[in-house]
This record gives sequence, structure tokens and C-alpha cells, in this order.
Amino acid sequence: MIVKLNGQSRDVPADTTLSDLLSELRILPERVAVELNFNIIDRDSLQRVRLKEGDSIEIIGFVGGGSC
Amino acid sequence: MLRGERLVVGGVELKSHLIVGTGKYASFEQTKKAVEASGADCVTVAVRRVNILDKNQENLLEYLDPKEYKILPNTAGCYGVEEAVRTARLARAAGISDLIKLEVIGDPKTLFPDTEGLLQATRILVKEGFIVLPYTNDDPIVAKKLQDAGAAAVMPLAAPIGSGLGIQNPFNIRIILETVSIPVIVDAGVGTASDAAIAMELGCDGVLMNTAIAGAKEPILMAEAMRHAVEAGRLAFRAGRIGKKLYANASSPIEGMIE
Repeated sequence: MIVKLNGQSRDVPADTTLSDLLSELRILPERVAVELNFNIIDRDSLQRVRLKEGDSIEIIGFVGGGSC
Repeated sequence: MLRGERLVVGGVELKSHLIVGTGKYASFEQTKKAVEASGADCVTVAVRRVNILDKNQENLLEYLDPKEYKILPNTAGCYGVEEAVRTARLARAAGISDLIKLEVIGDPKTLFPDTEGLLQATRILVKEGFIVLPYTNDDPIVAKKLQDAGAAAVMPLAAPIGSGLGIQNPFNIRIILETVSIPVIVDAGVGTASDAAIAMELGCDGVLMNTAIAGAKEPILMAEAMRHAVEAGRLAFRAGRIGKKLYANASSPIEGMIE
């Protein structure tokens, strides 16, 4: 099924959890925040939340930056 | 008014009065070295989408350990209240702390803050338990309103972000210092060491800069210069400068002159 990940379309298997997605991307949950359809998902819930067709996921982290 | 000896951000007493940004460096290695040379123990970081294509991407926080440095996430690049609030929430969810350097930018050419949006966003985030440090202009009235809205500090600009023009209106910064009781941290516009020293001589609690260091020909050397400038400025403020006079006032005694 197709979901939108950080603004890009991505094909993921049905029943994928957010936790599965992070492992697939080799991203440690401790370092990022995950937003699903504009709702922030707690780290503890990543394993429970399953993706649906058309879901929009944002994975954000910290990068170098000062002002603007 | 003699302000606190130490800069306190989010209940944590910092060792340095200097806060540095982490953008525009050639590498994370250089970022780390510059931060170390600056003596700063608080660094600001931006919140962005993780690069999902590069699985071996390094993480900035592997170079700047959150156990060693107070990490101050910012909402840099946000142009509206909603976007800034969303970014702040994501920053908190990413798990560092409730601290947020709040930026609501009003215009891409000047990067001046949208103070109306800034106040709104401050009120929303304070209500949600954030420790809000808003980047604002050098307007004492806005500074007072931000304090009343629950901001933990105010961060007036010296000059436009990245301009390197130095403090354009020291009188307004002085009035802000007299107007609010929360820490005043000059943020943006510093170009060289003397600019940082002036901010501290005025009595500011801190200075935040990024481009002045990262954009220098020798960033690590400039970071060291800034450390000294901030310390010197702070000491000069504490020492209390002499008044300015139009005419000379000899420093050697008149008595005992040979005749």
C-alpha cells in the first residue's frame, strides 16, 4: 500500500507498524519524533500503530541550525 | 540593575553567557570543535525531516552529547503560528526537553520576527508547559508583552539574522533590560567579537550567535574570540564603566611636578 513519508510516496507492506517502518529505515526512535496525519505518536505507541493506505507520516529529528 | 551572575535557561544554570548555533559548518567535526572553543554549554539546533534516503547519515547529537550540552531546539524557518507550534511540539516529542527557541518569521528578506504571531505562539506553548525563549525584535513593548505571556527569556535581535551588522540600537536593548526582569539574550546580527562584548557590557544576560562563528574564515578561532569577548564584556559590565566626558581628565597627579 502507498503512504506518504516525509512528503514522498512510499510502498509499504500491509499491516506495517510505525515501529517496523523505523527499523526498516534504520532510525532509532530515541532520536526522532513521529507524526501520523498531523498527530504526534508517543514513542511507546509506535509498535501498536499500524499504517493505512494514504497515511501521511513525518519523521523529524535535530539538525545543525541557528536562526532561520 | 545587576542581573544574575549566571545565565539560567529553563531552570538550568549555564556556565557560559554564550549560546551558539550549529548551522552552516563544514562538518559535524568542525561544529564540535567550534562549540568547544566557544566555551558555550548550550547549543541551538533546528528541527527538520530526517533524511530517509541516507541510512548511514550521521546525527549531530552524536557529536554534541545532550548529557554535556543543554540542547535548545528552535523553530527556525517557521512563518506562521501554526507551523511554529507544530515544530515546537515535534521538538519536544523528539525527546530533549520542554525548551524551545521560538521563531515566527515575518518576511524572508529581512527575517524579522512577526511579533504578533510570536506573541500568539508564545501564549499557546506556555500553556502547554514549554519553556519559551522567543526571538524578537528590539522593541521594549513587545519584550514586556512576551514576559507577560510567560516567556522564560527574551531574545532581541542586534540586527537582521546573519547580517553581521552588530547592535544597531543599543539604547533599545538598554530599555529592554530595564523593562523586563526575565533574562535578555541578544540573538542574531552579531558580526565580530566587539559586537558580543557590547551586548554584554550593556548588561545582557547572554548572547546567541551562529553565522558570526560558522561564517568566519577560521570558525574555531572566532569561536575562541567570542568566548573571550563575552567574558570581557560581562566583566566590564560588573566592573562598571567610567562616565563619558567631552574633555580630558589626567590620570597622573598634578602635585609633585618639577618646576
